[in-house]
Amino acid sequence: MGTFQIKKSDTVYDAIVVGSGAGGGMTGYVLANAGFKVLMLEAGPYYDPKFHSQQLFWSYQSPRRGAGSTRAFGEFDAAYGGWEIEGEPYTTKAGTQFDWFRSHMLGGRTNHWGRISLRFGPHDFKGRSYDGVGDDWPIGYEDVKPYYDKIDRLLGIYGTVEGLENEPDGIFLPPPKPKLHELFVARAAKKAGVPVIPGRGSVLTEKLPGNEDRQKCFYCGQCNRACRIYGDFSSSSCLVIPAQKYTQNLELVCNAMVREVLTDEEGLAKGVSYVNKEDGLEYQVKGKVVVLAASACSSARIMLNSRSNRHPNGIGNGSDLVGKYLHDSTGVALGGFLPELLDRKRYNEDGVGSVHIYSPWWKDNRRDNLDFPRGYHIEYWGGFDMPAYGFGFGMHGLNGRVPDRNGQQKEAGGYGASLKDDYRRFFGTNVGMAGRGTGLALKENHCEIDPNVVDKWGIPVLRFHYKWTDAEVRQAKHMQETFQEIMHNMGAEITWGLHGPENSYGLEAPGRIIHEVGTTRMGDDPRNSVLNKWCQSHEVKNLFVADGGPIVQQGDKNCTWTILALAMRTSEYIVEQSKRNNI
Amino acid sequence: MNRRKYLKFVGVGSVTASVMWEACQPEAERNGVADNLPEVLEAGRQDFEIERDRRLLGETFFTEHELATIAILADIIIPRDDTSGSATEAGVPEFIEFIVKDIPSHQVPMRGGLRWLDMESSRRFEKAFRDCTEAQRMEIVADIAWPNRVNPGMEQGVAFFNRMRDLTATGFFTSEMGIADIGYQGNQPNEWAGVPEDVFRQYGFDSNDIIR
Repeated sequence: MGTFQIKKSDTVYDAIVVGSGAGGGMTGYVLANAGFKVLMLEAGPYYDPKFHSQQLFWSYQSPRRGAGSTRAFGEFDAAYGGWEIEGEPYTTKAGTQFDWFRSHMLGGRTNHWGRISLRFGPHDFKGRSYDGVGDDWPIGYEDVKPYYDKIDRLLGIYGTVEGLENEPDGIFLPPPKPKLHELFVARAAKKAGVPVIPGRGSVLTEKLPGNEDRQKCFYCGQCNRACRIYGDFSSSSCLVIPAQKYTQNLELVCNAMVREVLTDEEGLAKGVSYVNKEDGLEYQVKGKVVVLAASACSSARIMLNSRSNRHPNGIGNGSDLVGKYLHDSTGVALGGFLPELLDRKRYNEDGVGSVHIYSPWWKDNRRDNLDFPRGYHIEYWGGFDMPAYGFGFGMHGLNGRVPDRNGQQKEAGGYGASLKDDYRRFFGTNVGMAGRGTGLALKENHCEIDPNVVDKWGIPVLRFHYKWTDAEVRQAKHMQETFQEIMHNMGAEITWGLHGPENSYGLEAPGRIIHEVGTTRMGDDPRNSVLNKWCQSHEVKNLFVADGGPIVQQGDKNCTWTILALAMRTSEYIVEQSKRNNI
Repeated sequence: MNRRKYLKFVGVGSVTASVMWEACQPEAERNGVADNLPEVLEAGRQDFEIERDRRLLGETFFTEHELATIAILADIIIPRDDTSGSATEAGVPEFIEFIVKDIPSHQVPMRGGLRWLDMESSRRFEKAFRDCTEAQRMEIVADIAWPNRVNPGMEQGVAFFNRMRDLTATGFFTSEMGIADIGYQGNQPNEWAGVPEDVFRQYGFDSNDIIR
């Protein structure tokens, strides 16, 4: 790093967008297409799936065979970063836990997500009115529906029209057909009273009308590695790169780590300052509008670090709620193998890299008298996967549980030709499931600035305070019981994931499901919300948040589709208000 | 990032990294740095990942004696049969050498386990495991290969053999030979049309089971 200096640019952009994930990508796309001159700042490197994807590499092409030594989900996974990043620490209050996953790169966490694309339903937006828990959003499903419809058409999603009350249908491409183990799951779940319907994922099972840049899925099942033909939704391939290509209105600066929002004498946003990770220099850029889409916690961090005379508590934080109401989804998983599938016939069943089937939440905590509010959906997996690091681990816990080819009970473990044959016999028999449920948005669960710690660029870091309540633990217990029943019904042997009250029934720590939202929640009353219903700061009219931060209370649905819908809605509002000179 | 610029930057960065790294090593333990990486280790990889891989590929962890012992054990666990070759023919010892550098938590259990094995064989036969006859080796293996019937004093050997079995199996079945052996048919463009008709019938499903 050279001598310290701050580089200031005189260019005034129509909008500065911080972040290039689902929220930032959508905001940049809409604004650039509306003629705005947009500066997009991304904290990580450039990434184009067409050139940088690890799709279709074989395990044996790498000496580590896919192990996750530098990437949490394996070396072929597209997402950089993880729960721990060198030089970018965060802290937690004693006795609490929150694991913070960050992926600094073009497209952010849309590079590895499961492409599971579920709409929040009417009760998710108005939960308090429905069952008295938490708070209502200031908007309802009918306000967001037109945007869900638009992103369905723009980005592509498969699924089926089911007419379920709180699982709204979209505009769907045909879903992929179920795999063999999924037929077993569906039959077993039905017996347990759990519905199973085709999955809903943003993968192009058919060519997207009017889009020549993206091709139809060729079923390698590797969406998490990023798709070279743009057959699935990533913010890079579907939003940022097209916005650059077709509008010339989007200027992208990568490796730009934003410190704070800069304000003028009246307290309005006038730009942002950032450190460029490549040259180590400090930059200040100007914009008429600033949109934070750095991820729920990163945007909260930027706001809390943006202190001035007009905003002594951090910009837009008159309510003191920036960072509060942080909530992740709950998660419990369990799995094993299906003895009936031993020695199964081989064929290619890679399918799509998202879910082929899932179980939407089927109960009603009021009607069914459950001891926890809201619920969860279930995702399933199994079958033939490309062998990678970890394949065959723990055979000594499996091969003693079933008779051999001659019907004789085997001794667990072993070696030699007989053992070698066991790996073949068990290939493709595994089956597993995971629940993703509603975590409650509580004021007590929050992130704040740690007064004592900075990252390697001198930016004060976040300190987390998060504890599950009994409600989430009871929900986890319900998941355990349901999963065990489904496994039992299909004759599967459970080999992992069984947990009791001693460790909260296997409930994952907050942050592990990577659905954290709520840190800049929207509302009508500036005293108990950070943003208005357009995701606009109550206090700073040209400051907006377009990530998961504005979400008041998450449903049991994965949040990406809602982040996209809200970002599109907010962006259109910015365009309209700018035309009227209201911003 | 521009690829040419990217590689140039990586080149410079890795020289610095290797110098720094060597400076911290005792003379005898110094290793080289790999010059060329396979394509998979460069496409879309971050600078620090590329530097790390070049360093790891240039390092040596196991001694010649340890690696020879690993090779013997690997072929006991996965021998050649009618379908495919043995663990060593599939490159399992090379895989294990790399993976313990990549995942250092394997290092102590593997190194210690190999030494445990040599101590056990020298107790019984006054020789290192690799110098034993096949019958002598199999006598020891018989005492550590069956986790549900363990004689007192053999527990650590069983734990080591479990790890050795896991790493051998993973190394074998993720190799080109192993993937062909196990019959994985995917990782190629195709049209997923659902479960094949004969498989569908084999497991007793009918059209009512098809999820729309």
